[in-house]
Amino acid sequence: MSNAVSALQGVSYDGYVKVTEQGLRGMITLRGDLASAKLKTAVSKLSGVKVPAVNACAFKGAYGVAWMSPDELLILCPYDAAEAGVAQLSKALKGQHFLAANVSDARAVFQIEGAQVREVLAKLAPVDLSEGAFQLGQLRRTRIAQAPAAFWLKDAGTAEVICFRSQADYVFELFKRAAMPGAEVGVF
Amino acid sequence: MLILTCPYCGIDADETELAAGGQAHIKRETVGASDDAFEEYMFMRENPKGVHFERWRHANGCGKWFHAARCTMTLEVFGTYEAQTYEPPAEIRAAISAKRPGWSWGSFS
Repeated sequence: MSNAVSALQGVSYDGYVKVTEQGLRGMITLRGDLASAKLKTAVSKLSGVKVPAVNACAFKGAYGVAWMSPDELLILCPYDAAEAGVAQLSKALKGQHFLAANVSDARAVFQIEGAQVREVLAKLAPVDLSEGAFQLGQLRRTRIAQAPAAFWLKDAGTAEVICFRSQADYVFELFKRAAMPGAEVGVF
Repeated sequence: MLILTCPYCGIDADETELAAGGQAHIKRETVGASDDAFEEYMFMRENPKGVHFERWRHANGCGKWFHAARCTMTLEVFGTYEAQTYEPPAEIRAAISAKRPGWSWGSFS
């Protein structure tokens, strides 16, 4: 068995916010009819979280569920639990039209930490990040400069960003530049 | 900058988050179609100054295709609606009629 490593192996940068690559994270893409009772039960059984509303995400311990599109959820879990999670979902949804795939190794996760986290994200994404518009419990799929990404707020001063693994270096360099000391804008 | 509201996730997505998909409501001609009908489907497109219907995809978002009704001259957006339809819904047509009385586009008016 090969030794699994994350894209940038936990690299971090201390600017006016702290940018850290989060290492390995389990992620399961689940596509199917989100209104189906069977799917709802299977998801909450696996994650301990209810299927979230449109554009929302919810977390419980190491698990989390995020709404990605009208027929797609992203389930976050410990890296080692992803394969078992897929198996559990596949068993629970047998006979239904669905897809469950372990996409853990296709992604990279970053954590942005600091009081100006909203500002740093706003520099790179075409999203209204003011407190009234983007709130805790929301997940926004968008782009970080030229790379597709999704992010959410863990708390008022911490955000997590998911992007494709192949673009991890590009995204990290972008955050480094955006978080450089002296680059503060002070909008929010 | 064009800002369209995705009817699936409700996000006000700006142009850079979307992918343009060309003219909307094209009827596909296939096996058995006459040459004229196929030419119409394959090559002929509306090129209006004013009301226009287009397909867009929320590419850097929920990934869904949707329709938009907008004005090519002023960039005013009359509304967006889901892709699972052959023609613009009544409320979109009403919104256009309120601002551009007497409009017509292809077989719609």
